[in-house]
Amino acid sequence: MLFSLNFTLPPIFFTNLSPQSKPFWNVPLHWRLKAKNQTSHVPKSPLCWTAEQELIQQGKGENSVEEEEEKVFHLGLEDQTLPLGLRREAMPRHVAVIMDGNRRWARLRDLPVGSGYEAGVRSLRKIVELCCQWGVKVLTVFAFSSENWFRPKVEVEFLMSLFDRGMQEDTGSFLRDNIRVSVIGDLAKLPETLQELIINLEEATKSNTRFHLIVAVSYSGHYDVVQACQRLAMKAKCGLIEPSDINESLVEQELETKCTEFPYPDLLIRTGGEFRISNFMLWQLAYAELFFAQSLWPDFGEVELLKALVAFQQRRRRYGNAPAKFKALEVACVEF
Amino acid sequence: MEKDGVSKSARVLWKLSCFFRKFIVSTLSVGPIPAHVAFIMDGNRRYAKQRNLEEGEGHNAGYLALKFMVYYCLELGIKHVTAYAFSIDNFKRSPEGVQRIMDLMVEKIEEELSQVDNTYSKMGIRIHFSGNLELLSQPTKDAVKRLMAATAKNSKVLLTICFAYTSTNEIVHAIEQTCQEKMADQMELEEPNVVKLADIEKHMYMAVAPDPDIIIRTSGESRLSNFLLWQSANCSLICFSQLWPAISFWHLLWAVLKFQRNYYYFEKKKKQI
Repeated sequence: MLFSLNFTLPPIFFTNLSPQSKPFWNVPLHWRLKAKNQTSHVPKSPLCWTAEQELIQQGKGENSVEEEEEKVFHLGLEDQTLPLGLRREAMPRHVAVIMDGNRRWARLRDLPVGSGYEAGVRSLRKIVELCCQWGVKVLTVFAFSSENWFRPKVEVEFLMSLFDRGMQEDTGSFLRDNIRVSVIGDLAKLPETLQELIINLEEATKSNTRFHLIVAVSYSGHYDVVQACQRLAMKAKCGLIEPSDINESLVEQELETKCTEFPYPDLLIRTGGEFRISNFMLWQLAYAELFFAQSLWPDFGEVELLKALVAFQQRRRRYGNAPAKFKALEVACVEF
Repeated sequence: MEKDGVSKSARVLWKLSCFFRKFIVSTLSVGPIPAHVAFIMDGNRRYAKQRNLEEGEGHNAGYLALKFMVYYCLELGIKHVTAYAFSIDNFKRSPEGVQRIMDLMVEKIEEELSQVDNTYSKMGIRIHFSGNLELLSQPTKDAVKRLMAATAKNSKVLLTICFAYTSTNEIVHAIEQTCQEKMADQMELEEPNVVKLADIEKHMYMAVAPDPDIIIRTSGESRLSNFLLWQSANCSLICFSQLWPAISFWHLLWAVLKFQRNYYYFEKKKKQI
């Protein structure tokens, strides 16, 4: 009697997966990794094999804390192959992530909350690496919300020290791998040492062009619009603009995301199983595709990111127009 | 035997379904009921295409579905219902398609106005149109204003129809009004944070209703499409794969159950803030 209320996207089935029929550079990344570790040939793929099953078979279905600790945060610049199922021309240019679930992850393992956040940082490094490899240009992550200031003081101080440590440790990697870093949010509330570190890091990486990582710290969507309104009110007061001149373009130029060429995320991923935006980039998410992942942020790895990107590439984005105008995109998005 | 064009069996079935729904509603009412539910009514044209109907019939079916959903919300005790009827982006569609929707809107408003005492006044439904109504043609604007005036005294349920609306347009309008107000107040340039959240919120088109507790989108898409961006900061988002005209009481029931399941967790989180 109840209708089937379909909340999740249908499972993805990959057919026609004979890696031996494709040139080596088209073989999926995870099969190449397997081939590196074994002397045998890349196995024949059964029909209806999913990327998830392949990765789970190799023990890469879940992030291992020990493996991640040993990895050095370094991009495989030589490895530009996309996993099977992803099309480079349909990759989102800007992906936004709400990194939810660190504390629950720690509680489930009877670990202190700090371990959850540290695992979250490792997961972030992995996702930045993958986004770089797969052609995403901008990644915005919601690291610390304006509302998080009300958390216990010990936890907030730990988070500030974690940001400090993380930025210092990864500065070398950002410079080496041509990653630009920007931090958006109400930075005046942060400790002064951290503010200085952020300014130096932004300055040092501002001419990097390969990838842009935007970290939202002490940020909320409401705050972003209010500060844009504040700036516009000041400009109107100075006589630079009239209030009647204010339009979407002027507001966009005053938002915190003006630091990037692509301020509007194409895809928002939220981990942790909650179905809400939690005051993140409200203006900028007007037409973003929303993807809600059940896994907690420290567990969000290659498989989950692949699922999110494949789901994105299957969606039809109309922006309120008649479908006929997007016919080419519809055809491109039809099942492979 | 038919009365008002409705057969006796249909009446009996309707009364049975009302009784069954009352039973479910009284069970649900033990828990928290959302104060504001918003709908993104997506899928009318696809519904018509699937059934080989004309495009206008899809919108007709969507209009009926909206009426039923408002009725179910009234039964559940939900005080505010918002529906995304027409976006400013939809003006970019074919002129015939846009005109068809405007004509349908005027036609339905005239129909409702002729029965407003029997339906909306009896049920206590107040209708409000949110959006940049200046973009509408004069006949549509007049019809909209007359319906708002005719239902202004009702207070049980507020049905807000977002027509010629996008959230970014709403925010720009609110910012413009705020800037004009601050200039008139002769604010000091040096004073930091002259503009507060409340200054912008009071100029929003949606200031008539509280922030939504649930936003429901049909037709399987998972995006907000420039709807209630400001107000959706902390509300639940639920997507159904069915098209809008196929939405039913069960979908609303599911949405309310999900809301109730997460309610205490989020109240606890709010208290921590």
